[in-house]
Amino acid sequence: MKKIEAIIQPHKLEEVREALKKIGIDGMTITEVRGHGRQKGHKEVYRGMEYQVDLLPKVKIEMVVPDERSAEAVKALADAARTGKIGDGKIFLIDVAEAIRIRNEDRGEMAL
Amino acid sequence: MTKLLLGFLSVASFLAAQPADLEKRLADVEAAAKAARLSGDNAWMLTSAALVLMMTGPGLALFYGGLVRRKNVLSTMMHSFILMAVVTVVWALVGYSFAFGEGNSFVGGMQYFFLNGVGGDPNGDYAATIPHATFMIYQLMFAIITPALISGAFAERIKFSGMLLFTILWVLVVYFPMAHMVWGKNGLLGALWGQIPTLDFAGGTVVHITSGVSALVCALYLGKRRGFGTESMRPNNLVLSTVGACLLWVGWFGFNAGSALAATSLATSAFVTTHLATAAAALGWMLAEWLRQGKPSVLGAISGAVAGLVAITPASGFVKPMPAMLIGLVAGIVCYVMVSVVKNKFGYDDALDAFGVHGIGGTVGALMTGVFATKEVNDLFGGKPMGLLEGNAGQLMNNAIGAAIAWVLGIVGTFVILKICDAVTGVRCEEEEEIEGLDLSMHGEEGYNLEA
Repeated sequence: MKKIEAIIQPHKLEEVREALKKIGIDGMTITEVRGHGRQKGHKEVYRGMEYQVDLLPKVKIEMVVPDERSAEAVKALADAARTGKIGDGKIFLIDVAEAIRIRNEDRGEMAL
Repeated sequence: MTKLLLGFLSVASFLAAQPADLEKRLADVEAAAKAARLSGDNAWMLTSAALVLMMTGPGLALFYGGLVRRKNVLSTMMHSFILMAVVTVVWALVGYSFAFGEGNSFVGGMQYFFLNGVGGDPNGDYAATIPHATFMIYQLMFAIITPALISGAFAERIKFSGMLLFTILWVLVVYFPMAHMVWGKNGLLGALWGQIPTLDFAGGTVVHITSGVSALVCALYLGKRRGFGTESMRPNNLVLSTVGACLLWVGWFGFNAGSALAATSLATSAFVTTHLATAAAALGWMLAEWLRQGKPSVLGAISGAVAGLVAITPASGFVKPMPAMLIGLVAGIVCYVMVSVVKNKFGYDDALDAFGVHGIGGTVGALMTGVFATKEVNDLFGGKPMGLLEGNAGQLMNNAIGAAIAWVLGIVGTFVILKICDAVTGVRCEEEEEIEGLDLSMHGEEGYNLEA
């Protein structure tokens, strides 16, 4: 099993969910996060006081998929989230040791 | 009503044969006319009193509350809200008497302590057509908002107990004497009976200069907020601030037009000038910022509106519409420069710009009142010229003296009071309390419990 952790532009979330749904991947966890990589923030001015705002709002998607499905999930996700500009985000793949469904103790891919 | 009275008068002179009956009917008509006037004026003044209270809560509470960081939103709103209670109690016990009792040139006497003798009968010295108690409760609302305005300067770092003690001493030492000098019977700066007659229609000097200057002293005395200039101090919610500014604008009609103390054409005149000046000031600030910074900010537009409201306050019942717009425009631009350029040069931390907007806007208004006051709007001096443009240069001088007295009283009074509070309760909170935020450290609450 692979965990896919993706940081994307908030306004791309719906497109990404649609794209994943199309290939049959439904379950995911979404967190509103703030951060930045190479993208520069913006300047805000309040009564002449300037603030450089570097940590920008992003959405983090976390989901776990069977190994053989991870490639197509990553592709669908990346294609849907891409605008081609700096700030589109990143995707990380992590090996998952075990998955357990709390309701009935299903384990492994059964639990996904 | 006048026609009716005249009719009765002529009939009375013709038919002297039955004087007793006619005299009685004449007296009845006069009584009815007086009652009608009283009823109309009282309705307007009670409404105005409620409008002015609305300026503090929710108006100012929202305006200031939105400008601080989220960890201080509640404490900042509390600084306005709790004064609605604290100042009310002080006012009822001794404050009204110190402000409006017949005393010397500087402070009122004790005759209205505990609101003794303040009831349904009008007090002819102040307002002949409304109950004395209406006048009293209306003036209370001014005493509430004035110290609340100061809270913009010490927001995010004052100790709550220190704030309470400061406010009680401040209204006693600064506000009540200043209100007495300008509006109280035999006051030093009274337009009609003062040794130095100043023109301050609705409190530009009494409310805005005193609070603004005192705010500057507080900001300097308390020092900067931790992280000022290095950490982000962006407003937590400008939506709240915008709603607050709109409520201030609406409430200010009670403040200025209500200061006519009757539902007269003078009230209308003050209503109109207030509105026009505010519009011009909002545009003035917005355009100045747009030119200098490249973007017309919402915070700029609403700050400009407040600056205009402040500046037109002393002038509202004395000037015509076009000068009112000019006063607003000047105030909007001057306050913008003060807050966005001058303040940053000096580096003091007037957190929410109580001095830049109220101290400076109030002074601009006081001086421009001396220039543009006209007997065509309010013939207070019985046909004699009023402002500089009518040929009364002395008025500009008098208003400058009035403003200077407010500056000095504000600076000295506030400094002494802060020293006292520092010794008794302390004024600045502990470092950890400030880092944690005053909402939690002072009140044990948070403004936004989004997970709840």
